[in-house]
Amino acid sequence: MKKNVKKHYGSLIFCAVLIFLYASISFAADDTIKIGFNIPLTGEIPKVGEESKFAGQMLLNEVNAKGGIDVGGKKYKLEFIYEDNESKAESAVAVSLKLIEKDQVLAMVGPNSSKQAIPAGQVANDNRTPMISPWSTNPDTTKDRPWVFRAAFIDPFQGPIAVDFAIKTFKAGKAAVLYALANDYSKNLAEIFQADFKKKKGDGAIVAFESYGDKDQDFSAQLTKIIAAKPDVIFLPNNYNEVALIVKQAHDLGWKGPFMGADAWGNSELMTLCGDDCKGHYFTTHYAAAGAKGATKEFIDKYQKLFGYQPADVAALTWDAINVVLAGIQNAGKLTGNIRKDRQAVRDGIAAIKEVKGITGNMKFDEQGDPIKCAVVVKINDAGQFEFAESVCP
Amino acid sequence: MFDSIIQNIFNALQWGSFYSLIALGYTLVYGVLRLINFAHGDIFMVGAYIAYFIAIFFFKGSPALSGTTTLALVIPLTMILTAVFGVTLERIAYRPLRRKGANRLYVVITALMCGLILENGNLAFLGASRKSFPELIDKVVYNFGMISMTNLKIGVILSSIIVYFILNTIISKTKIGMAMRGISYDKFAIPLMGIPIDTIIVVTFILGSSLAGLAGILFAMSYPILDPFMGAIIGWKAFIAAVVGGIGDIKGAFVGGFLLGIVEILVVAVFPSTFRDLIAFSILLMILVIKPTGLFGVAKSTKI
Repeated sequence: MKKNVKKHYGSLIFCAVLIFLYASISFAADDTIKIGFNIPLTGEIPKVGEESKFAGQMLLNEVNAKGGIDVGGKKYKLEFIYEDNESKAESAVAVSLKLIEKDQVLAMVGPNSSKQAIPAGQVANDNRTPMISPWSTNPDTTKDRPWVFRAAFIDPFQGPIAVDFAIKTFKAGKAAVLYALANDYSKNLAEIFQADFKKKKGDGAIVAFESYGDKDQDFSAQLTKIIAAKPDVIFLPNNYNEVALIVKQAHDLGWKGPFMGADAWGNSELMTLCGDDCKGHYFTTHYAAAGAKGATKEFIDKYQKLFGYQPADVAALTWDAINVVLAGIQNAGKLTGNIRKDRQAVRDGIAAIKEVKGITGNMKFDEQGDPIKCAVVVKINDAGQFEFAESVCP
Repeated sequence: MFDSIIQNIFNALQWGSFYSLIALGYTLVYGVLRLINFAHGDIFMVGAYIAYFIAIFFFKGSPALSGTTTLALVIPLTMILTAVFGVTLERIAYRPLRRKGANRLYVVITALMCGLILENGNLAFLGASRKSFPELIDKVVYNFGMISMTNLKIGVILSSIIVYFILNTIISKTKIGMAMRGISYDKFAIPLMGIPIDTIIVVTFILGSSLAGLAGILFAMSYPILDPFMGAIIGWKAFIAAVVGGIGDIKGAFVGGFLLGIVEILVVAVFPSTFRDLIAFSILLMILVIKPTGLFGVAKSTKI
């Protein structure tokens, strides 16, 4: 008798699970498109995650207010799932797996830093899920990974621009580099800068090439060494929070020369942390907020109205990255409801994009999944705004 | 070359001052309770945040005092509040376990957990974005040839030395200090002499936490970017400094802190900076292999 009851329960549970499964599949396939966000909401660079999330929310509301996006004659509502990768490589991998397997997202946006985007890209590629990193500039993120794309230019393009600008503007014949050893982005860009500068100015032109560890706050020893080598410019391919500390400490140690930075400087928190010390220095980035025109200006104004501050490059790039995914979905023609087939269709759709008009410039993708687009050099002016100085196109 | 050596010695003294101040807190608590208070690095973080809020209130808020006056208020207030915080932590987390006669290992694990709670509590309540500490005193850069010093650096180094001598006097010259040394020697005999052991422990936490508070203020002024995890790594390193100096001995913590600072900075000055932690900690490991009790420590049978 007891056995019978157990059997009964078993089949009941089985039925319930079946119903639940059907319900969830039909729900997912019905009229929503799920996109996962793998972004750093806490940890080293929380502002980067916040801006990505806000850009996502803004786009989601706009699209859904219009009734969703049109794919093959059917309207789909968007659903965005924001997950925190704590700005750690291992968390980014865990978040990718959760989004891909548990949440069954159609595509993933993020992670932002190369430190997380490189390992997460491997997960996305292995699980055959389209991924687009808005902000990662290290070539390894997309290299030999057909499922991974990005919205930013890559470091082998950015590094030489910084070199040329430093040589031209500061008449630099000697340069020093200080980079973060545990950060793929920083290390790779530092090496590219070093190689390119040496090529253009001779082998002894990099007079100091120094690094520091994770979570370091004191850079005095490295900076003492750098300043003693008397460079014409110091290149800092570092995250904004470290930049603020390094620049202040260099001034304490008597450095009066220029700094050249890279796109990780371009954060709305840089000026609150760094203050007057950062004014007058230059960095390469994806767009200049001060003096923007057209669709870019429209985006900046909308963002500023909603969230109360000027968006940095990462917000703009996230906006573009989501639009690339949506263009890819529309290119796919129709969605079947079978997540595996749909992911394949979306990947092919993104790869087939002719050109997307982005607010950080127009882009199309090369065979590695990297966009072909322009970079700008901005100057931090006396009002603390990022002012356009120069634009360089491939 | 000579210039940069002198410059690096100053850099090392400043950096070592922070290790010293934090290591003193570890060693005080260990000396009295035989407890490794792993939450100490996070008490330092709490100190820095308390200093930040007080500074913002008096400097930027409604009283709008001048920078120097604010600093004169920030130092005592932060030290008092951080001390209150440390004592509270002892009261709610460590004392109940001690009363129940729990094994010391459990108390150490509790301390680790308290540290994580403080970090993540801060993250949850104050958010992940960093706080920028206001500049309370005008920074003056002094140049002697190639050597640059700021008034702040000199202040940091002097404060840590003065604090050490004050602490040394308290421990070796006062009755409370005698009681603390007594407990460290034999914690079962001391209560029989009529010495209130709980009061002495509270005093120990007051001393240790107020030093962490002071370190927090000085750190926030020197490296004006605060985040919830700022205490974790520097706390661990300071703990290593205390062990290398000989944990339980305040001279050891003081010297160990400076030693670690000097080793870290000079390694970078001589070798490529990529090898900093590798070489620095290999040197410390060798010191411990040769002298396992640390530079000034005495071998005791009961250590964790």
